[in-house]
Amino acid sequence: MRYIGHAPSQIDEMLETLGISSIESLFNDIPDNVKLNREMNLPRPLDEIELKRELLNISKKNKAADYVNFIGAGAYDHYVPAVVKALVSRSEFYTSYTPYQAERSQGTLAAIFEYQTMMARLTGMDVVNASIYDGASSLGEAILMACNIKKKNKVVFSGAIHPEYLTTAKTYGFGNGIDIVSSVYTSSCETDWKQLEKLVDDNTAAIVISMPNFFGVIEDVKQAEKIAQAKDVMLIVSTNPITLGLLKPPSDYGADIVVGEGQPLGNSLNFGGPYLGFMGTKAKYMRRMPGRIVGETVDADGKRAFVLTLQAREQHIRREKATSNICSNQALNALAATIYLAYLGKNGFRDVAYHSHANTQYFINEAKKLDHIKIINPKVFNEVVVEVNDLDKKYQTAIEHKMLPGLKLNKFYPEQKNRLLIAFTEKRTKQEIQELLKVLGVS
Amino acid sequence: MENVPLIFEKSRKGKEGFKLSPLKVPEIEVSKTLGEDLLRDELDLPEVSEVDVVRHYTKLSRMNFGVDNGFYPLGSCTMKYNPKINEEIAAMSGFTELHPYAPEELSQGTLEIMYDTQNLLAEITGMDYFTLQPAAGAHGELTGILIIKKYLENKGEKRTKIIVPDSAHGTNPASANQAGFDIVNVKSDSEGLIDIEALKTVVDEDVAALMLTNPNTLGLFEKNILEISKILHDKGALLYYDGANLNAVMGIARPGDMGFDVVHLNLHKTFSTPHGGGGPGSGAVGVKAFLRDFLPKPLAAKNDEMYFLDYDIPYSIGKIHGFYGNIGVVLKAYAYIRSLGAKGLKEASEIATLNANYLLKKIEDMFDAPKDALCKHEFVVSCKNWKEEYGVRALDVAKRLLDYGFHPPTIYFPLIVDEALMIEPTETESKDTLDSFADALRKIYEEAKQTPDILKSAPHATPVRRVDEVKAAREMKLKYQG
Ligand SMILES: Cc1ncc(COP(=O)(O)O)c(C=O)c1O
Repeated sequence: MRYIGHAPSQIDEMLETLGISSIESLFNDIPDNVKLNREMNLPRPLDEIELKRELLNISKKNKAADYVNFIGAGAYDHYVPAVVKALVSRSEFYTSYTPYQAERSQGTLAAIFEYQTMMARLTGMDVVNASIYDGASSLGEAILMACNIKKKNKVVFSGAIHPEYLTTAKTYGFGNGIDIVSSVYTSSCETDWKQLEKLVDDNTAAIVISMPNFFGVIEDVKQAEKIAQAKDVMLIVSTNPITLGLLKPPSDYGADIVVGEGQPLGNSLNFGGPYLGFMGTKAKYMRRMPGRIVGETVDADGKRAFVLTLQAREQHIRREKATSNICSNQALNALAATIYLAYLGKNGFRDVAYHSHANTQYFINEAKKLDHIKIINPKVFNEVVVEVNDLDKKYQTAIEHKMLPGLKLNKFYPEQKNRLLIAFTEKRTKQEIQELLKVLGVS
Repeated sequence: MENVPLIFEKSRKGKEGFKLSPLKVPEIEVSKTLGEDLLRDELDLPEVSEVDVVRHYTKLSRMNFGVDNGFYPLGSCTMKYNPKINEEIAAMSGFTELHPYAPEELSQGTLEIMYDTQNLLAEITGMDYFTLQPAAGAHGELTGILIIKKYLENKGEKRTKIIVPDSAHGTNPASANQAGFDIVNVKSDSEGLIDIEALKTVVDEDVAALMLTNPNTLGLFEKNILEISKILHDKGALLYYDGANLNAVMGIARPGDMGFDVVHLNLHKTFSTPHGGGGPGSGAVGVKAFLRDFLPKPLAAKNDEMYFLDYDIPYSIGKIHGFYGNIGVVLKAYAYIRSLGAKGLKEASEIATLNANYLLKKIEDMFDAPKDALCKHEFVVSCKNWKEEYGVRALDVAKRLLDYGFHPPTIYFPLIVDEALMIEPTETESKDTLDSFADALRKIYEEAKQTPDILKSAPHATPVRRVDEVKAAREMKLKYQG
């Protein structure tokens, strides 16, 4: 009996207490014609040794997990410190539910409060919620929020947003008939501001930009601010939190809602999840924000304590009038992000951003010396688009060297042939970068 | 007792935790590479040592309570034991270090797990296809309702309403609203089941679907489910299954056989993955074959040579997650299903139901509760009589249970029951635990009669005393301000 708490004799005692002779009779209320009446067709149960052996073998088929990784595109191979892994593995954290009973959940609540604080400082926003599912869904929620605030139903996207964020946002918009239009990107992989501005009309609630954008490029964010102000639309900024170790927070260029993927903050790649979406906004919009929020208060003895607050926005109270349907979020991933930020601290966090950026710059500067690598736009932070001849062949060579050289952009943009989006973190060594240059730089 | 600590108060200028070696590549001037006007001023993060960090979060963890600490009968949440081996498996580097855009040939392990999990869940629920993309139950609901919307639109039908029972979880109406539907509530009858006559009067050609959980939120099996299904389907509407309560019926009855067209499961409930203090979960969605072409992209698939991500889904609603869902959570659910097999899962449901009925029997005399009723994996009792006779509320009972070392049940849900305590013991709890919980409740019942103030001022033995929610909502201190 796997994971069952009773001794067999206790089951008999319980049946006796209930005055019944078999467990089966507890299911007499289920009509026979909806009962399964056969055994489910599932593989035989495995004991722990078999299970571990089998899963270890399956995990080894993920050969890419061992390769030197230059793929980014929304998920980044930053180092996850042992401290983070050890602390999020404390079962008082990971085996608890959402902190509904505040008096016995101060650990989770205080950590979320710290998360809200650090993310507010990072993004420059007044309030940050306790997390959303991931970067793409936090953007989806942001467009719904903006359309509700503005009572309009169109949102204009920069053409240089992560293509899968655009798809996700469209799915979120589909329910309420929100029209999502996207401008193009320029030949230097930047937002086409003129075109974007033209797409904004009276029915537009918000514009959405990514900083840095999907192609790694540092955008001319003042343009976004100008358009948002001139057209009286909200500015939604999707950002990579690591870059905020060096870059100005989006509040500085007028962001009304900041969202993004929090995975780079202490969360492993995990084939795309679990990650965490973050969302911050201005104080005046906080009652329109989706998701859980923790507030400071006191207990009956007047001591500082924390509790879920502003719940009148949420589904369990407002039902169909809630700001969002979100209930469970990504609390443990947000805890990892919190511990990561605290542990790296002021200097360590800046260093991770700086090293990632310096590695990128090193690659760019070395690549410029080679004939066969074209840098599309060098004004980038931690990711850069390159064009090389014979990409497929070179990609294969890289794979043979146990290296993932980047993301082939034709996955999303058929017109971007022979182009790679390459990401650099503090984990990449000088030698690894040189090897990549060697593979890509041959004629 | 002291203030709950915050990491910011440990910060001392110059302290360091994590530190990288000096750069091996050339130093750069960020004012040149990024531009002077884009550089931020100082970033105000804590300056703490590694020991500070470890002690602080260890201390915070001890102010928490999880399934590993004790009984956690939180109704509708299925707080069963979270097997340690599943944590170990999900932490294997072959899984954790895999990038979502790594080449498929080099990601065969995780793709195999995804493919197999889709099929295992289909067999368990009687559905045809599953997507693992939704990250939680509510996310699954949104996905499922959008699938229904797209399907109807594709048929050229413009249906505007979704029906939810008055006992439904708040996410049901909220998700339907987020998918652009109007909500119609249908009431429960005196037994706590959907009122069939009331249902008939609201089902018309404008109804897209009924959202239902079975057993329902009162822990009762909707025994008229086939009739309900017929009422909906006869009018061209679909039936949506909120799988939060699947823990009662695994291997016994399947939503697919009850007439449901779309289901979501909470892998973080029935399939034992830990709740993480509020996520990550996984809200896998299953559909009948006629809805396959509307699922989000991509699905894990398999051809003669290998596993791959199938983007060929003609009428797909698009994407609901940036990548493929909470795959690390899916892995734990997969490991759980492989550990238990068909017999083990059925036994889990049987014992979960036995435990609920046993505990109900042990405590029902103290509450307004349906006497001798058969519940499934959970049940709801009302503290209305406690309130009327002794002036104590469900909230006070919950807080006092904390003093006895138990996590309280869900309170004030479902909304149709006054002063509700919703109790879900799960199969992993022993008779001894159930007995001591029942004993504690009985002691609290006596306290309610004799010294009700002990309840009203509870908890007394927790890291903090009762917190002031009103003050939090009024002052709105949502971040640390020094
Ligand atoms: C009946 C029911 N439906 C839906 C949900 C929502 O699930 P989640 O919190 O994973 O979004 C819950 C969770 O509490 C539930 O109990």
